[in-house]
Amino acid sequence: MSVIEVNKLTKYYGKSRGIVDVSFGVEEGEIFGFIGPNGAGKSTTIRLLLSLIHPTSGSAKVFGKDVTTHGPEIRRDIGYLPSEVYYYEGMKVKDLLKYSASFYQCDCAQRIKDLSDLMELEMNRRITDLSYGNKKKVGIVQGLLHSPKLLFLDEPTAGLDPLMQRKFFDLIREENKRGVTVFFSSHILGEVQRLCSRVGIIREGKIAEISDIRTLQQNNYKKVHVEAPGLDPAAFNLPGVTNIQAEDSTVHFFFKGDINVVMQKISSIQVSDVIIEEPTLEEIFMHYYE
Amino acid sequence: MSATIFKHEFISRLKSVIIWSASMVILLLIFFSIYPSFSSEAALLNEMLAKFPPQLLEAFGMTHIDLSSILGFFAFLFTFIQLCLAIQAGNYGVGLVSVEETDLTADFLMSKPVSRLQVMNSKLFAAVCSLLVTDLIVWASAFISINMFRSGHTFDAGRLMLILASLFLFQLFFLSVGLVISLLVKRVRSVTPYGLSLAFAAYIINGFSGIFGDVKLEYITPFKHFDPSYIAQNGALNTPLVLLNVAVSVIALVVSYWLYLHRDIPAVS
Repeated sequence: MSVIEVNKLTKYYGKSRGIVDVSFGVEEGEIFGFIGPNGAGKSTTIRLLLSLIHPTSGSAKVFGKDVTTHGPEIRRDIGYLPSEVYYYEGMKVKDLLKYSASFYQCDCAQRIKDLSDLMELEMNRRITDLSYGNKKKVGIVQGLLHSPKLLFLDEPTAGLDPLMQRKFFDLIREENKRGVTVFFSSHILGEVQRLCSRVGIIREGKIAEISDIRTLQQNNYKKVHVEAPGLDPAAFNLPGVTNIQAEDSTVHFFFKGDINVVMQKISSIQVSDVIIEEPTLEEIFMHYYE
Repeated sequence: MSATIFKHEFISRLKSVIIWSASMVILLLIFFSIYPSFSSEAALLNEMLAKFPPQLLEAFGMTHIDLSSILGFFAFLFTFIQLCLAIQAGNYGVGLVSVEETDLTADFLMSKPVSRLQVMNSKLFAAVCSLLVTDLIVWASAFISINMFRSGHTFDAGRLMLILASLFLFQLFFLSVGLVISLLVKRVRSVTPYGLSLAFAAYIINGFSGIFGDVKLEYITPFKHFDPSYIAQNGALNTPLVLLNVAVSVIALVVSYWLYLHRDIPAVS
């Protein structure tokens, strides 16, 4: 079952572009990565799905219901962690969490305790006194305390130290195992790679590609390093080879096509080392921005 | 309506309500404490007032005021109470929904399972209750301070109550007009300048209305709609002006609802 169905969704802020003709679907139980540089339209998409803003055209459904007409109903099962967290400054952490919980029909006291213990959150401090990272932790607990079925994470790791990031990822994986669908927006590709099964790449308001994270890595480019004394980079001027770079006696390039062509070429040279590897998502990603 | 939002709104405004109410109580008490010495010299004072240029008296709304009577004195003082409470109501109106965007908490609230309509209803109801609490305190302290210092003078309690009761509609005007202004401007950075200018603009227009003669500026200011000396003299509200006032408030509210339901909540960064 599709948890999110987005159909030709378009949003203009006056004349400036938000997103244009965005269509994609997210299946129940998956972790969907949504990547793109700043200003590409990631947050706009999430804000449309939460009906914080209204679409210019197109439609979107969450849990099979239209977001513009069934917003409150849909949001009952949504957890949202915004990229920048801001809360009522004068409130204490525990009061804010209580206030947040009171919107849902659940007894969330135990869950609040578990989550805040896990995130090492100090409950009696005022929001004003919290550091950026600590506010983010409040955001995490706040987004999860009602056990939502769908999680929107908008660049969630900014401000968290590596240890907390790991805890956070573990927490998300655990939630996912319980069947929670996760929509993970980020411009840090490493974390998307670690967590997501499928990714959508958004660029200048349009979807550039949606694919399985493995096919994205496999079907595309190979990264080849060849090391040989006195190697001439021109030797690898083959069809399918791009981005040749020479460095001392090493040549790096990307290759797309029949790998045997490259293998034959390499075997004709007396090499001292060869590495053929999957490009990182980062490198694939750069390709989409060229 | 969402009881959760209502409670949060009402409690977060409680401190401000207490400060405003306490200030009004102090203002009333101090002002009325000079009434006994004032009333004994009233004949002299009225004589002196008669010598002022009529335009000046008009500007301060003192043409029809008999300062020797309790209600006359009260009506004069009441304009300042009105000014203060206009600022309060204007602030609440301007800040009602804009404060969530200024403090960047709109994302938090709007991602909760509540509709815009519920948010607006709850916030509005909480603000109206806050204003009512202030009014109740002003009403009670007006009666108390008058009875403490009236030194044997009598007054028409019915007329006093009418003046006091008009306060609520008066505040409602500033609440709803403040609200619609906050939704019409692109972004409210700070609430107080808006609330202050709204209240003072209305107050000054009332003052000028006499000077300009033919230009009927008074139709647009609640200070005229609910002119306390008019009520004190006639024992009744100026019905057409009050209806005009209510109509403006209702239109402002309807427009506010429409704007808010269709509003794009601005992103934080």
